[in-house]
Amino acid sequence: MNETRNIGDTLLKVDNISLSFGGVKAITGVSLEIREREICAIIGPNGAGKTSMLNVINGFYHPQEGTITFGGEVRKQMRPHLAAAGGIARTFQNVALFTGMSTLDNIMTGRNLKMKKNFLWQALNIGPARKEELEHREFVEHIIDFLEIEAIRKTPVGRLPYGLQKRVELGRALAAEPKLLLLDEPMAGMNVEEKEDMCRFILDTNDEFGTTIGLIEHDMGVVMDLSDHVVVLDHGEKIADGVPDVVRADQNVIDAYLGVAHD
Amino acid sequence: MLYRESGQYKTSYTDDQAIFPLKQDRWLMAIALVIAFVVIPLTSSEYMLEAVIIPFLIFALAAIGLNLLAGYCGQISLGTGGFMAVGGYTAYKLTTSLPDMNMIIVFLLSGVAAAFVGIMFGIPSLRIKGFYLAVATLAAQFFLQWLFNKVEWFYNYNPSGTITAPPREMFGFVVTGPHATAEARYMITLVVVAVLALVAKNLTRGHIGRSWMAIRDMDIAAEIIGIRPLHAKLSAFAISSFYCGVAGSLFVFTWLGSVETEAFNINLSFQVLFMVIIGGLGSILGSFIGAAFITAVPILLTNAPQFFGFNLPIDLQKHFEVMIFGVLIIFFVIVEPHGLARLWQITKEKLRLWPFPY
Repeated sequence: MNETRNIGDTLLKVDNISLSFGGVKAITGVSLEIREREICAIIGPNGAGKTSMLNVINGFYHPQEGTITFGGEVRKQMRPHLAAAGGIARTFQNVALFTGMSTLDNIMTGRNLKMKKNFLWQALNIGPARKEELEHREFVEHIIDFLEIEAIRKTPVGRLPYGLQKRVELGRALAAEPKLLLLDEPMAGMNVEEKEDMCRFILDTNDEFGTTIGLIEHDMGVVMDLSDHVVVLDHGEKIADGVPDVVRADQNVIDAYLGVAHD
Repeated sequence: MLYRESGQYKTSYTDDQAIFPLKQDRWLMAIALVIAFVVIPLTSSEYMLEAVIIPFLIFALAAIGLNLLAGYCGQISLGTGGFMAVGGYTAYKLTTSLPDMNMIIVFLLSGVAAAFVGIMFGIPSLRIKGFYLAVATLAAQFFLQWLFNKVEWFYNYNPSGTITAPPREMFGFVVTGPHATAEARYMITLVVVAVLALVAKNLTRGHIGRSWMAIRDMDIAAEIIGIRPLHAKLSAFAISSFYCGVAGSLFVFTWLGSVETEAFNINLSFQVLFMVIIGGLGSILGSFIGAAFITAVPILLTNAPQFFGFNLPIDLQKHFEVMIFGVLIIFFVIVEPHGLARLWQITKEKLRLWPFPY
């Protein structure tokens, strides 16, 4: 499979990251690499530090040790707006949409960073500001088509069912045309059909836009099918890293998930 | 049937993004503008303009200002009265020290001054939210009121401590001061309010408005997208205070003519806040409806007993007025917590099918 996948150089490199909150060690000395155009899954039991890892990459949490290299720049810590400007987008484990706004506005907000016209133009809604708005609207409509959510374009997202909200959130992340898309449990709480849809969107995103994807997921079937490379965390430490088949057979991983007999 | 959109096809994004995509709404707006610009000045009595319509417009402008901040960006402020005072006093100082300055420029500059003050008092919003922020903005209210009362320079060392709008002309008409006609003052207020309302609508529909709403609805997700809370919150404070400042200068120059600092007290802040809540948070139309409700209903209640032929003692009537007004507020807040604008929205949805059930 790999020869056709056209995977490139390292896009994101997290090196020896340690993060603690007071006395609680969330992540200890974890390093991982995500390469261009690949789908990388981060898995592990509850409390393993997966979401903390995404928050570190995003710049929400500031690790005490280690470096983050993204797009050739080495940083001790990331900042949310730098991450966004550099092309890192993400979705959240529990949907974090702007509930008061319509689907269209939510996805348009995803393009905010690309809209530069200052507020005087905006206030009069003429010339450049109007043109800019229309150009971005057109792009957003492509995403709406892509995700098959045309019918709910004008609906306030607060009224949408969970599965569609997850899809809108993916749309909002895609609107930023990210280089690296981080998905925090995109399939949590979905039924089989919804999961299949979501998998299709993730694969299509990767395939059509060439977006690199970092994924946290608990559904092992999905993880093993989708990903090019799997990183396993447990108790804040990395216990395995490699292609799905190797990771599946790894004794440490089996122990972490199934437990070890004490005798 | 009245609000059917069937048959109104939109073939371009430009049509779809229009302020009023529906033909019916465009007609309603056109009628409202004709009434405002032609019918009212020709038919209304001086009392009507002075006591009802001019204050309604000025309060609507202040309510739009607060709505941009509280309704769109989710930052509660109780400093509205203070920011309006900044506008009023700036306009007074500008007109008295530079007598030749165009009044429109005076109004805009008084808004700019208020915007700077607003940014300063908006800084705490970066750290605190909700009720705590409301309390922090109270500082603006009390400090500014104290400042304008205490520093005599602001009222040009006038022994009475009041500021009075000097007479100024525009297009050959006296628009401010004691000799200005109600019609002239009405027209200038109307033009300022109409233009600024349109600007507010445009701002909220564009990426600036979306970044405010993103901060309001989910600040963490907004940050992930690259919206910087500092920029979004302070720009909301600045633009909101700009509106309040312009409203404050109109308050002095085209409505009351002469005020003391006491006119900008905490009651004014609360009044504007109630307008926003009753009218509808996050709605420009709601700001107008809320302002109409709060300014017009007490006057209606005052005049209602005579109209129906009752002759109540004046103090009893005043008590009734306050009681009925309070009951009405409670009624509307229970019926529609999202404000009268939402009620109008629901009515429109019902009218799509009316008189058929489905």
